Amino acid sequence: MSSSAHPGINLGGGDPKAQRESETPAFGFWVFLMSDLIIFGVLFAHYVVMTGARAGGPGPSTLFDLRSVAAQTFLLLASSFTYGMASLALKHQRQVRPVAIWLIVTAALGAAFVLLELRDFVNMVGEGGPPQRSGFLSALWALTGLHWLHVTAGLVWIATMLALLSRFGLSDRNKTRLLLLGLYWHFLDLIWIGILSVVYLGGLA
Amino acid sequence: MKDDARSEMRRYAIGAVLSAALTLLAFWAVMSHGMARSTALWIVGAAALAQIVVQMRCFLHVGSSSKREDLHLILFSLVLGTLMVGGTIWIMSSLHDRMY
Amino acid sequence: MADPIFGRLDWTVTPFDDFFRDPSINEGVAAAAASAVPLGAVAVIAFLTWKGLWGPLWRDWLTSADHKKIGIMYFVLAGVMMLRGVLEGAVMRTHQVTALDGGVLSAEHFAQLFSTHGTIMIFFVATPLITGLMNYVVPLQIGARDVAFPVLNQISLGLTAAGAGLVMISLVIGKFGTGGWTMYPPYTGTTFSPGPGVDYWVWAIGISGIGSTLAGINIAVTIYKKRSPGMKFLRMPIFTWTSLCTAIMMIYAFPALTVSTAMLALDRSLDFRFFTNDLGGNMMQYANIFWMFGHPEVYIVVLPAYGVFSEIAATFSAKRIYSYNSMVIATSAIAVISFTVWLHHFFTMGQGASVNAAFGIATMIIAVPTGVKVYNWMATMFRGRVRLSVPIIYLVGFFFLFVFGGLTGVILANPTIDYQVHNSQFLVAHFHNVLIPGVLFGVLAGVHYWFPKAFGFRLHEGPARLEAYLWFGGFSLAFLPLYWLGLMGMPRRSASYDNPAFEPAMWLAVVGAAMVVGALGVAIWNFWASARDREALACPVGDPWDGRTLEWSIPSPPPEYNFYALPRVNTVDAWTVEKAVGHPYEMAPRYTDIEMPRSTAMGVVIGGASAAMGFAITWWIWWLAALSFAVIVAALIARAFVRETTRTIKAVEVEVAHRAFLREASRTPAVGRDDEIAPDNLGHARPAVPA
Repeated sequence: MSSSAHPGINLGGGDPKAQRESETPAFGFWVFLMSDLIIFGVLFAHYVVMTGARAGGPGPSTLFDLRSVAAQTFLLLASSFTYGMASLALKHQRQVRPVAIWLIVTAALGAAFVLLELRDFVNMVGEGGPPQRSGFLSALWALTGLHWLHVTAGLVWIATMLALLSRFGLSDRNKTRLLLLGLYWHFLDLIWIGILSVVYLGGLA
Repeated sequence: MKDDARSEMRRYAIGAVLSAALTLLAFWAVMSHGMARSTALWIVGAAALAQIVVQMRCFLHVGSSSKREDLHLILFSLVLGTLMVGGTIWIMSSLHDRMY
Repeated sequence: MADPIFGRLDWTVTPFDDFFRDPSINEGVAAAAASAVPLGAVAVIAFLTWKGLWGPLWRDWLTSADHKKIGIMYFVLAGVMMLRGVLEGAVMRTHQVTALDGGVLSAEHFAQLFSTHGTIMIFFVATPLITGLMNYVVPLQIGARDVAFPVLNQISLGLTAAGAGLVMISLVIGKFGTGGWTMYPPYTGTTFSPGPGVDYWVWAIGISGIGSTLAGINIAVTIYKKRSPGMKFLRMPIFTWTSLCTAIMMIYAFPALTVSTAMLALDRSLDFRFFTNDLGGNMMQYANIFWMFGHPEVYIVVLPAYGVFSEIAATFSAKRIYSYNSMVIATSAIAVISFTVWLHHFFTMGQGASVNAAFGIATMIIAVPTGVKVYNWMATMFRGRVRLSVPIIYLVGFFFLFVFGGLTGVILANPTIDYQVHNSQFLVAHFHNVLIPGVLFGVLAGVHYWFPKAFGFRLHEGPARLEAYLWFGGFSLAFLPLYWLGLMGMPRRSASYDNPAFEPAMWLAVVGAAMVVGALGVAIWNFWASARDREALACPVGDPWDGRTLEWSIPSPPPEYNFYALPRVNTVDAWTVEKAVGHPYEMAPRYTDIEMPRSTAMGVVIGGASAAMGFAITWWIWWLAALSFAVIVAALIARAFVRETTRTIKAVEVEVAHRAFLREASRTPAVGRDDEIAPDNLGHARPAVPA
């Protein structure tokens, strides 16, 4: 790996052309992610400010199901790892098949995460905790809901990526797209660490 | 080439194992019920920061071999994020104290 | 309750209906304004059809991914919106001379006017003006062929235009919100503003805000990644530096706006409790989050204007910018400090004195780098051979007026004083006093400066000077009296007043407003007259002002790929040095094939679908909202499958074009600075003094 690659660019010496061409999009995507990070940051700050604004509604101890949260956490961590395997397959095996298989595994783990959290959302409504109930719940739903939407959008992206791979194979543009998708997917896990710590564990400590 | 693949594989594996361990640590701190709330929060916070660093290093390959502009970008984002989050909490807690 | 097909739309939502039922002056003004939109649209459509321009408009402009054309389209958009914004200001001033115990307009109409005026001027005039300017100029100044992401650039423009379109539609269908340009809840929540007005604002701002974020990313990455060989950061022109800082600020500030508008939208459409009075909502958080964007936004729009002034101070004084490094440091310092002052917009909210003091001090500190810049510009002009032409007139006007406005800002930065004058006309005077002489004078100077680059002919100097003097005088009369009114206790945003002592100042202000409208008229006339006389004003060789930076080394208008061969840069003011000691206008050693982005309808599709989505949610037409969103997603996915996104221009073709240009340059006599505004100035400069 050259000494001055962007973080996340991991095509290595094997494919210098694709590596060069992916520099600008990779940097641009990093900048985009940092902008997205500010969105999450503001929502985190809002959540912290609003933790007391329950207006008589339910709070963390009634709403949060730590077992489900733990399951989601490990699903997302595992999917981040399997995406790493997809990146390694892209770099070292340079065939569509292993890359696609790891992508499908990642998507399956991601889908499980999305469904589990969806179940939590439904349960929260059942326990009298829809976002309309209080300022605290609005903040909670905004933060976790936005992350959930991000992961769902990531699933759509993975599906599109698989279609692109079957259509164009490991073209230079597809390699770049795989890099960006990887940045996105790992980034979502980073945000989840924040949500886990501030919202769920912080709320129940 | 082969060695490259193996060492990179190891790096991902280390990242995953460390992340899992730090997650467990954080869960333990909250679920063990044995410690003071502030201690548990400190452990959760430290574990979260450590895990973010681990994933940045092992999954996103951010490090000393990255381009300088990316490090600047990430550090600058952290500075501004801290300003916004910290400022908000400071302002709103001051407001809160004076209103109740 | 809402119709499944038409939501809450019906035939009573237009101002015409109101006028029919209540034919007063108030409703007449509203109906006339509402007629202007469809009449203007019909006139434009008729003109395009008559001239057979639909094809060229679609092929050469709307689907173009060329940063130069996108920059010009930003200006056209901002120009149309500015026309409306200025006229609204004039209507408000006219109302205010009659507003002693009453006034011709209803209070609600007046509230709509100040809300749309502010919204338009900030989001759809100032922001697109500076975005357009950066789009046009930055790639030329850094020696690039286009921006980093040309199609994304088009989408940014489409999103901005979608927001502007929603504000325009609100004039005809329904009414705009009355909560001011910041739309503070809980007043703008559904309890107190149930109508569609606030929704128009939310979606116009939300959509265009995302466009601005993407534009910021694009410009920042362009500057990071697309500089010509040898152009290190400390060799970039100051305008590029200010653009870089502005772009970075856009990346970090606009997300806060996206969040605050999205939260307001959730409150309004899905009954969330972010900012409501009841159930734990916290309306103070809205002010907090909004101004985390709002204050950096002020510097987002003013920094590029500082950049323009830096360029023209150097060019029209024939001197290097004084203390380049301190200029760069001051610009960067402003960019960072501007994220630490947002609380000064709500000193009176109720937080403790120490919080206020900290933000007040930060606010005063930010005046220091700004002051450094003013001294640098003056030092640049000192002992220079200054040509007193239009850009310098704006610069000198800026010196007087902007410093005044900045000083009143330092006064307001003191929380104890702010407690006295907040929400008064003093504040109105202050922010107009920084935004008009700061942003607008800068952009107008920039337009005069770069217009010949974009179109190949200069603007008439005489009318442009008249325009500049009218802006200077009109601004001074229209706004400086408001300081006095504010200190007398006249509140802002009130439709009427009961103190007869305010009236004389209001008359002064209306005269000023008339002069500003006159300035706008002269500007429009000058564009038309200059286009008519474009033969006599032509400057095809491209360097009419003896410019210092790379954009002046290429023809006017530039070829779509900008540079025949990418220039090598080894100093600041590269073009001046080249003219003084190098070999300007020479063939390149070799030419290469150039890949340029193909035209695409992505910007039109995404912009159009976003506008439809915003309109649909405003009027509760849920099927249309879902459909528009699906179109956006489908378009983005479909775009990924397009294989041919670029086309190649052959090296031979470039070489031939370059040779033709050099032949024209060598045939054209070089003119000195004394003949700068004479018809002889065809754009081949004879340098005034050695660099």
